[in-house]
Amino acid sequence: MNPEKFILVCNGAECRNPGAEEIYNNLRHECSIHNADDVQVIRTGCLGFCAHGPVVKTLPDETLYAGVTPEDAAEIVENHIINGKKVERLLYNKNESKQNVKVDNADFYQKQFRIVLRNCGIIDPENIEEYIARDGYAALEKVVFDMNPDDIIAELKSAGLRGRGGAGFPTWMKWNFTKQVESDEKFVVCNADEGDPGAYMDRGTLEGDPHSILEAMTIAGYCIGAKKGYIYIRAEYPLAIERLQKGMEDSRALGLLGDNILGSDFSFDIEIRLGAGAFVCGEETALIASIEGERGMPKPRPPFPSVKGVWGKPTLINNVETWANIPVIITRGGEWFSKIGTEDSRGTKVFALTGKIRNSGLVEVPMGTTLREIVYDIGGGIPGDKAFKAVQTGGPSGGVIPAEYLDTPIDYIHLKELGSIMGSGGMIIMDEDDCMVDVAKFYLGFSVDESCGKCSPCRIGGRTLYNILEKITTGNGELEDIEKLKTIGKAMQTASLCGLGQTAPNPILSTLKYFEDEYLAHIKNHRCPSKKCKELISFHILADKCVGCTICAKNCPVNVIDGAVREVHTIDQSGCIKCGKCFEVCKFNAVFIK
Amino acid sequence: MASDIKELTFSQELVSFIEEWKGKPGNLIMILHKVHEEFSYIPRDVAKKISEMLEVPLAKIYGVITFYHYFKLTKPGKFNIQVCMGTACYLKGGEDIIQELENILGIGINQVTDDGKFSIEAVRCVGCCGLAPVAVVNGKVFGSLTKDKLSEVLAEYENK
Repeated sequence: MNPEKFILVCNGAECRNPGAEEIYNNLRHECSIHNADDVQVIRTGCLGFCAHGPVVKTLPDETLYAGVTPEDAAEIVENHIINGKKVERLLYNKNESKQNVKVDNADFYQKQFRIVLRNCGIIDPENIEEYIARDGYAALEKVVFDMNPDDIIAELKSAGLRGRGGAGFPTWMKWNFTKQVESDEKFVVCNADEGDPGAYMDRGTLEGDPHSILEAMTIAGYCIGAKKGYIYIRAEYPLAIERLQKGMEDSRALGLLGDNILGSDFSFDIEIRLGAGAFVCGEETALIASIEGERGMPKPRPPFPSVKGVWGKPTLINNVETWANIPVIITRGGEWFSKIGTEDSRGTKVFALTGKIRNSGLVEVPMGTTLREIVYDIGGGIPGDKAFKAVQTGGPSGGVIPAEYLDTPIDYIHLKELGSIMGSGGMIIMDEDDCMVDVAKFYLGFSVDESCGKCSPCRIGGRTLYNILEKITTGNGELEDIEKLKTIGKAMQTASLCGLGQTAPNPILSTLKYFEDEYLAHIKNHRCPSKKCKELISFHILADKCVGCTICAKNCPVNVIDGAVREVHTIDQSGCIKCGKCFEVCKFNAVFIK
Repeated sequence: MASDIKELTFSQELVSFIEEWKGKPGNLIMILHKVHEEFSYIPRDVAKKISEMLEVPLAKIYGVITFYHYFKLTKPGKFNIQVCMGTACYLKGGEDIIQELENILGIGINQVTDDGKFSIEAVRCVGCCGLAPVAVVNGKVFGSLTKDKLSEVLAEYENK
């Protein structure tokens, strides 16, 4: 019997861990108990709704269940699937009014438009037939039989797609450069070394729709005249690796990869190369060195990889999200694609919405969507009625955008104007409790750690900037430090060898631009306005609120809280390690931070 | 050390993997990954043996091992607790989680408990930002952690 009903179990990283696999197994078991042959249970890629996982969706009635446990499987199958009565208590609804929420009506999905994530959460990523059923490999067939390489470039040009890895270079130009170079051998590379802390868009795509990447790379091989591709992927993403490998085997078996693709005389194959935890390997020349088994140190450009890449041969490198757009542009046409987004930035962008936000998860929106729409309409706002402070885009290479710019449309040019960058798609929301100096220090610490050490502006400049921030956050800052930060930062931007060093000062420069008062409070008043920097805060007990319950004294790990039962307690500041335990355990709000 | 002698025996799977990759250009990182999978770190004697098998200078192997965070030169605990230090986890208290683990286990980052059972590692973003703060123990992810939940997490491994 052909299935008429579908139960989709999200198998993204964040649903799998709290039991998606067990939920899947239980649902299948329940279906077999009820002899429900017309129901198919499918493990899908990330549905994007990560904050409310594990998530289960039913089709065709589009019901979204959130926070599902393995024990709920019986109820879902018996009540909903068999008896047509939805399990009210599991329905996702922002207002908790318990009305049925259709998936597309959930605020989280309403403003989204999915091209890159078109199949994520819909198909079983390990089943090539499901990909094919959704127009998969139609683009490959089209290019191999009906298009010549110049047609493909023309299509990309009319689409206006720009590289999604960070810099936003026009994709068609990159393809064209590599195509034009004469060489006996060329390579296609997928940059899947997603190292930006707080970003997992590529993981979602690779795990949820691996064939879209394989198909796109094969198209590129046909276009530029390459026979071999490499996927350079983080070793930290084992599931994505496994699915890519399975995907490659399946597509080879169907003649979609390997020798004589689709019976034509075009041959192309792909190999996986593992990264080993070096952020700098996201930079093209460092990535190439790493594929070659070397230390991932960047080289000066030119020569660009399109001329001299892997093994010295012309190489086309695109990032995962860029690749995922390609098949759609080919099947639906560049003109269709170019109508999505803004004049400057066509198409959509996937963001990993995280930090202090209610609906953290993967979202894909048309370029030009405003930050406010993403934070409040899709993201559901800030939890705990805290005030929005800033959103950080572009990770360690990007910057912060404060509340007054929430209505800025997101595209390459606007983000740049605000002193940030599009980056790969990390979008981290910060609230009033986050100290901007500390945030800048966090990102800089990351860049210092990841600097390969080859050029001195990055190696020495980064360390010096970090030391100054350390000084400021421990209350030893001086006023001239602010000028020093700016001078060194600008020097690094100009003089560093690669993108890592050139962009490492961005988090400092942008926090200085919008939150200089916070730096000044640390320096002049030895005060951290967000009460985050430990050296600048102290814990005290309010005499009028303390009832002498002793819970703080009992929990203090260093025993510096004194006081008899039912008497006001005091903290000996000299021994306090500022762990905040007393603040956490006090039930009477008697502990305050100064 | 006696334990090291035992470790120096490469499994058949590892040997055939090395044979398969030996002739391919740029094989070193892929081979080191396989070695790491088998030993959970790269002991010096193993690096030497790889150097002989591939005919690559030991210095080059060490150059690569020390460049990449993923490869370790010391043996982690049986249960290596990797605390995510991605941005989302950092903002939501990842540092406090590390501190509390250090208090409970009495070891610092990259150290191993005396019984060899636990070690603590601060790792780069594990890509589970929606569950922040997150820790990973031998592949299993624990999300939305609080200091109080840590004893529960450790208890899962105490008797293993």
